[in-house]
Amino acid sequence: MIRALAMFGLLTAASPLAAQNVAITNARLVIGDGTQVIDGGTVLVRGGKVVAAGRNVRVPAGVETVDAQGKYVTPGLVAGFSRLGLSEVDLGAAGSDDTEMGGSVFNAAIDVSPSVNPKASTIAVSRADGVTRAIVAPTTGKSIFAGQGAIIDTGDDFSPVLKSKAFQFVELGEGGAGTAGGSRSSSFELFRNALVEARDLRGRPDGARRDDVLLTRRDAQALVAVVQGRQLLIVHVERAVDIVNVLALKKEFPALKMALVGVSEGWTVADRIAASGVWVIASALNDLPASFEMLAATQSNIGRLRAAGVKVAIGMIDDNDTRYARNQRQFAGNLVSLQKVPRASGVSWDEAFAMISARPAEAVGMGGVVGSLAPGRQGDVVVWSGDPLENDSVPETVWIDGVRQSLTNHQTRLRDRYRSLERQNVPEAYRK
Amino acid sequence: MMKAARTTLLGAAVLAAAVLTGCATAPQPAPKALAVRINENPYPSTYERYPGVPTLIRNATIFDGEGGKIDRGSILFSDGRVQAVGGPDLAAPEGANVIDAGGRYVTPGIIDVHSHLGDYPSPAVESLSDGNEATGAARPEVWAEHSVWPQDPGFNRARANGGITALQILPGSANLFGGRSAILKNVPARTVQGMKFPGAPYGLKMACGENPKRVYGNKGGPQTRMGNIAVTRATWIKAQEYKRKWDKYEKSGGEMPARDLAMETLRGVLQGKILVHNHCYRADEMALMIDMSKEFGYKIASFQHAVEAYKIADLLRENGICAAMWADWYGFKMESYDAINENIAFVHNAGACAIVHSDDPNGIQRLNQEAAKALAAGRRAGIQISEEVAWTWLSMNPAKSLGIFAQTGSLKAGKMADVVLWNGNPFSVYTRPEKVWVDGALLFDADNPAKQPVSDFELGQPGEGDVK
Repeated sequence: MIRALAMFGLLTAASPLAAQNVAITNARLVIGDGTQVIDGGTVLVRGGKVVAAGRNVRVPAGVETVDAQGKYVTPGLVAGFSRLGLSEVDLGAAGSDDTEMGGSVFNAAIDVSPSVNPKASTIAVSRADGVTRAIVAPTTGKSIFAGQGAIIDTGDDFSPVLKSKAFQFVELGEGGAGTAGGSRSSSFELFRNALVEARDLRGRPDGARRDDVLLTRRDAQALVAVVQGRQLLIVHVERAVDIVNVLALKKEFPALKMALVGVSEGWTVADRIAASGVWVIASALNDLPASFEMLAATQSNIGRLRAAGVKVAIGMIDDNDTRYARNQRQFAGNLVSLQKVPRASGVSWDEAFAMISARPAEAVGMGGVVGSLAPGRQGDVVVWSGDPLENDSVPETVWIDGVRQSLTNHQTRLRDRYRSLERQNVPEAYRK
Repeated sequence: MMKAARTTLLGAAVLAAAVLTGCATAPQPAPKALAVRINENPYPSTYERYPGVPTLIRNATIFDGEGGKIDRGSILFSDGRVQAVGGPDLAAPEGANVIDAGGRYVTPGIIDVHSHLGDYPSPAVESLSDGNEATGAARPEVWAEHSVWPQDPGFNRARANGGITALQILPGSANLFGGRSAILKNVPARTVQGMKFPGAPYGLKMACGENPKRVYGNKGGPQTRMGNIAVTRATWIKAQEYKRKWDKYEKSGGEMPARDLAMETLRGVLQGKILVHNHCYRADEMALMIDMSKEFGYKIASFQHAVEAYKIADLLRENGICAAMWADWYGFKMESYDAINENIAFVHNAGACAIVHSDDPNGIQRLNQEAAKALAAGRRAGIQISEEVAWTWLSMNPAKSLGIFAQTGSLKAGKMADVVLWNGNPFSVYTRPEKVWVDGALLFDADNPAKQPVSDFELGQPGEGDVK
């Protein structure tokens, strides 16, 4: 314990906020893409990127070497669906919350990027738990279209956005029905109309628009990339028939490039999802009929989707997506445990880990950039105290883009201040 | 023991009825009428344990729930009771079902002291939303059991995935006085009475902080924390007056004072019959509530959601108050902003009573894992707590705070056989309940679909009877 603290102290003191060339050796190495753990592995990071990872990696002279002492070394975790960095406090602290967009006159045009606060406590807490990247989505306001989400990192600096306008987010389940006027029919019609307006606008960029225009020009413009398939559309659906209906939209709008999020009843239509090839970012442990669109919810959902050949990542939609990205690894661990439950469907450890690293990145088309330790990826590396899916493990060292990160935050400072309650010569406020 | 408790309660009810009848039909005028006794248990438990077979689990790692651990341990239960807990030499009576645990783990069933199952059931639709009587800041007259929908599928999930064998259903925290809690055995039943934990005392949910002021700020108040305290004190003043009147009447007879359901509950608290479970996050507010309990002469059994308990763990220890906490919830409102992962371990380390609670239909399915996270955070902060001691956060301490520790909450001879056999170390993420017994009746068996119930609501629906 004392040794661990001392080591942490040293790391903090030595941490310059610049990309380092570093080799982490003697690792229980997890590439993060579903391949098997490599014992005695090395990962080499240079210029902020992974250069090599595997058993026989030569470390060039002059590169700092960190001996992982046989511990797990993994890519940083990717929050599969989140509102990370958008809200400091959800209730009763209005100014700190950028997820509420109900008053906005824009919807699809919204870009979530400027709302991401890299100094938010949620970012620091997530970083300390090994989450280095996040898929961040806006929340819907007056329309079923929430706007454009971003891929961010959790680094302690002022450039959190890796890719802005990475996707458009739309609600087409129960939530979307409510926003669109009360029924799924109205939300699907609103969806069709919006894409048609976008398509029309594309045809006449400078000319007059047709009658019956419902979208602002900026919202329609934002959807042009969606209807052309240049921007990913992430659709929130839970109910099986909603999933079927959403997949059928490809017939009307053939260029659409979609991923689904939520998908609690997905296992009942797993073959159709698999045939469509779309990605699913699922809530891992939903097993309650929490609503009439989740009657078939089961913890075996992801296992069955995988068994049917569906491409799956884990996300946290409606599971406190603002600040519990750190629980994704616990959720992934639970999926592993299901392998031992009769008649349940789980996933292997390697695949469970990939579902919180490479898979979410792949789902949003960033698999070549982040989410694994394959050469060329951003240098996001975590050394863990133990099995990263276990309840008792934590990151000991975190690099993002090759920059060693501070793991201190509001919570760790409070912990240190109140470790002892003994009255001292000055009040607690002087223990800094 | 359970039977005895039931008989006593039943006896009291019969007596109360007899007294009532006696008064109504008394032929000769008494010089001073005997006071009418109010039936304090008008919705009595009808819970009866289900049949079980004498069972011996051997070769298990046993956490006894009181901090003890037995390697290669054995536990024998029959007739709904734990008969013996010991080592490898414990003999099986003839005809007993013998389970070789093969090194797997046996623990007491987990008790969640903070649940809204049944009151906020699945599906979470308005028609079934019965957890907050948010029509007045002080509503101690409502009883959570009158809202419980026994068909909530969440009860079955909590048993199958979480090993939950008993739980407290609390009314919500919109109100300063939210009403009475219901303590339930986690068994499927047609009626809430069929789930009620026999002999368990009632609890009273109180709340301080943000919720009451948010809900009532625009409904006539209270609007501030000082308003919260003022209204709560004023209510206790009324309760004291009510108690004086009724104490006098019960002692000396005379004209019966008017009954007031709200005040009956508060009088029960002042008499020490009803235990206070106080929703309170912040350290400074908990200290105020402790002073208030002293001002009016009642005792707080537990603080619920005690996110800042670590700042006043000494105060909690000195006052004998349990803190029911999450492992890692934080930041969703200002009063949860100072949450730390070490909270539970710090409270425990200070010698106070620590409890892991859920307040959540999903979290209740993984309280063992939440305890594991808290244990690990504590150890990293240099607090060495063993797994067997950490299990007290899930069984003994919750049972004590609810006033049911004489009956359940640990694996000791004579106690209810509320037992979980886990398929590995229950602090590991890779472990699940394999079998769950309530009062010695096998009510979940991962290997046997016949021991996996389906609630009425799910029958004939997509996913019915599926492995969850």
